Amino acid sequence: MTAPAAFPYLLALGDDRLILGHRLSEWCGHGPILEEDIALTNIALDLIGQATLFFKLAGATEGKGRSEDDLAFLRDDVEFRNALIVELPRGDFAFTIVRQMLFSVYSLLQMEALASVSDADVAGIAAKAAKETRYHVRHATQWVVTLGEGTDESHRRAQAALDESWRYTGELFIATASDSEAEKTGAGVNPETLSAPWHAQVGEILRTAGLEIPQTGYMQRGGREGRHTEHLGHLLSEMQILARSHPGAEW
Amino acid sequence: MRAPSSSAELLEILEEVKDPEVPVLSVVELGIVRDVERDGAGALVTVTPTYSGCPAMREIETEIRRALVSRGVDPVEIRTVYAPAWTTDWISDTARAKLEAYGIAPPSGRATVSATAVIRLERRAARARCPRCGSENTTLTSEFGSTACKSLRVCRACAEPFEEFKTI
Repeated sequence: MTAPAAFPYLLALGDDRLILGHRLSEWCGHGPILEEDIALTNIALDLIGQATLFFKLAGATEGKGRSEDDLAFLRDDVEFRNALIVELPRGDFAFTIVRQMLFSVYSLLQMEALASVSDADVAGIAAKAAKETRYHVRHATQWVVTLGEGTDESHRRAQAALDESWRYTGELFIATASDSEAEKTGAGVNPETLSAPWHAQVGEILRTAGLEIPQTGYMQRGGREGRHTEHLGHLLSEMQILARSHPGAEW
Repeated sequence: MRAPSSSAELLEILEEVKDPEVPVLSVVELGIVRDVERDGAGALVTVTPTYSGCPAMREIETEIRRALVSRGVDPVEIRTVYAPAWTTDWISDTARAKLEAYGIAPPSGRATVSATAVIRLERRAARARCPRCGSENTTLTSEFGSTACKSLRVCRACAEPFEEFKTI
């Protein structure tokens, strides 16, 4: 049984995946080639599925009768705990892919670590998610290398995507109060421990792709505390309108 | 009509419930049904989803319920578990042969679960055999296919595209 203190932690796990899943779903019908249209929406489906499982558990943990749909559709932007990187607009294909690689490597490390926490509910979901995420990492990695080593234009776009998204990666590894609380109760891991392996693996991928990590020390943060970019509100208005306009609707 | 009483009899009924996206295999053969037991006049069925976001799960649950109720097993409670995580290793050799005969290459090899994250840059080494001409000279088009559980491949020998069950 997951302790109530884990609620905000589970919410953040769900929010990262729901928001990124929604961003990927925006590619449906717009992929550069049919296979990528299918791949990006498949990954979206995995992420939204993972979010559903974390939200279900979060709702049960909170004990106020909120369902996974309530948590996804009936919260405002300030109540979301996703990292900023996942809410940034999908941009061009290079941006989507570079962001996906940065997040998927983080997510794989996080899910593998969570698969062995003492909380059996969290560990079960994470073990399942880790398997799916291995495919996501492989997909994004191959594309980052392809774009980086491809034409001048694909290289330029991939480098621009990295320059734009890099400053949002620092937030992924900052431990919040709810991270520490979840770690104490055996439902979470300290994100600081994911930093070194993430930098090693992402560094290797970027070296192979011939892309350079931007030399800027500045890192943007805020999402984990509910301070979001303007983009999240727009995303939510589209994602939530049906559920909010027609409360209790089934489809 | 005598209502089925043993778990084996209940499993036999569930063998008739096919996966809507892989209609050649039953939910028992796929390993989605983990357990079934008699519970008074009804039954308790334990299931696990193949993928976290598998959109077929709701329909599968409806079909499981329908199959049992139509044989007088009522009420049917369905419990979903996530651990141990579903793996294609649970698909039997017989079921793999059915998949191939249906035109879907079965999952190649065994799912390996590493304790530490391994980011591989090279393409997967595993080979899939073309379910149409039998050639092993095939290539991966995309890791992701028409459903969460399948990849897209193309055969270099007969030039036919085909689907492959992802190894997970």
